[in-house]
Amino acid sequence: MTASGASLSVEIHLPLTQFPLVCTFEAQREVVVLFGASGAGKTSVLDCIAGFRTPLSGRITLGDRVVFCSERGINLPPRLRHVGYLSQQPALFPHLSVRQNVEYGLLDLPRTERDERVGAILERFHIAALAASRPAAISGGEQQRVALARTLVCEPELLLLDEPLSALDLRLKSLLLETLFDWQREHAVPMLYVTHEQSEAYSLSRRVLVLEKGSVVADGEPQRIFTSPISRERAELSGYENIFDAVVEEAHPALGTMTCRITESNLLLEAPIANKNAGEAACLALRAGDILVAVNCPSGISARNLLQGRIRAVEDRAGMVEVRVRCAAGSARTVPGSTQNDAPETEFCVHITRGALQNLALRPGQAVWIIIKTHSIQFLRS
Amino acid sequence: MTSPLLLSLQLALVTAFLLLVLGLPVACWLAFTRFRLRFLIESLVALPIVLPPTVLGFYLLLEFGSRGWLGAFWQRFTGHTLAFSFEGLVLGSIIYSLPFAVQPFTSAFASVDRRLLAASSSLGASSWRTFWRITFPLAFPGIVTGFALSFAHTLGEFGVVLMLGGNIAGRTQTASIAIYDNVQMLDYPTAARQSITLLGISFALLVLINALNRKRNWRLQ
Repeated sequence: MTASGASLSVEIHLPLTQFPLVCTFEAQREVVVLFGASGAGKTSVLDCIAGFRTPLSGRITLGDRVVFCSERGINLPPRLRHVGYLSQQPALFPHLSVRQNVEYGLLDLPRTERDERVGAILERFHIAALAASRPAAISGGEQQRVALARTLVCEPELLLLDEPLSALDLRLKSLLLETLFDWQREHAVPMLYVTHEQSEAYSLSRRVLVLEKGSVVADGEPQRIFTSPISRERAELSGYENIFDAVVEEAHPALGTMTCRITESNLLLEAPIANKNAGEAACLALRAGDILVAVNCPSGISARNLLQGRIRAVEDRAGMVEVRVRCAAGSARTVPGSTQNDAPETEFCVHITRGALQNLALRPGQAVWIIIKTHSIQFLRS
Repeated sequence: MTSPLLLSLQLALVTAFLLLVLGLPVACWLAFTRFRLRFLIESLVALPIVLPPTVLGFYLLLEFGSRGWLGAFWQRFTGHTLAFSFEGLVLGSIIYSLPFAVQPFTSAFASVDRRLLAASSSLGASSWRTFWRITFPLAFPGIVTGFALSFAHTLGEFGVVLMLGGNIAGRTQTASIAIYDNVQMLDYPTAARQSITLLGISFALLVLINALNRKRNWRLQ
């Protein structure tokens, strides 16, 4: 893929309040899903491409047209970019009829051609019967169909869709998607589809761009992207409270596990087997809710990781209690009290219910056991 | 000789029309600008609301008189002073009623959904087309309200007119001043007739506007 051959080529830099948007990608005449959590900067990317926001620097080209280039001082206004933009709100003009809404982008065309194109698209989207209605008089699904028709009738060179159908029910949504994809295949323009739902990203396209804190962190087939290990940043974002740097000590392919040593404290943990060799660095993530606490050493238990430690803090949070437990190397599977005081420790964050807290009468300073199932440990992409 | 009531209606109509022409661009700018000192301009526009009409009238009298910058300029070109003339009253009324036009215009423009404006421009419309086809029609009820309020406010104007126009029958004696005059001369029947006429006109105007806006809102919903 070269910049000149791509239908859409984007290179933008824009400081946002939380993080800078630094985004580079290209798209052919294909459907590309832009996937990311709320606030990852997806809408800002679309706004930059459509011309509603001006990047600090960068370059955006559509076919052979440069619509933005900070170096050459080019910044076409939205009306000259020929980009169709559709968001969750249909944004129909309330004082105009359905027909007037749809023909709005064609006002410069001669009457006969305009009528022809509007008539055809009204038929295609099954809204011809509504032509004389005001937007307020039709349903949400119909409104979104009108908005889609209004955008597509202008034959944009690029389609930007910002979760356009998320307010509709499943049946309506799939119907509209079908019409939309048919149109895309017919006109062969690039289409950027923003979503924060993984299931949508899976089903809509063979290419997904993952946006995280304003940067594209993955680009490829959804199957590959969503099954490959996640990044440390994404693990932090998606609420992994415990993230540790570790080294692989030994792999046990027969058992399907790997022994890893947490770098900070030399604690050993049994993790599920991954494509790593002994001596290789690894990053482990563990949800606080996946760790158990016991006041006595449990026996006859399937969990492979049993660590002895001491409670440093107990904090009541909304809906749950956060217990911070410090464990030192050598404490695993040993008798309470045998840990050395000066050994480096690793702190685990454990979430338990308020009921469990009362039941066990946990307090800071108390010696406890923490239990971690092998498969609750995740390897992160390094 | 023009009757006080006719003079008031003339003054109010001319003022309201001029405020429409002058106020719309100002309001449009206020509603859409990202200028950080916008609030200064807004305060300046709102000043006539809180200022006693006599204070405003006093400053305008100084300015419009033959020693004032504007008054001298006016006198050189027309041969008569701006103070104590109909033109002077129009100019004073424009300043006096400015907030009653600009504020409704501004909030009408500001309440137009920005997403519609964005949709319009991404459909290829120029800002001129977006204004006349989307912004203006959607802000229309607020524009009518601003027009009517500035009309009604000028109709009932007293302090500024008295300071600026004096009380010259047929030239600057408006209805509200005539009413005051008649009460002073204990001519209650005339004062009552003039009062009820002003009351009727003002009320009818407000009823008309509310009915229009209501009909329109009903159509859009």
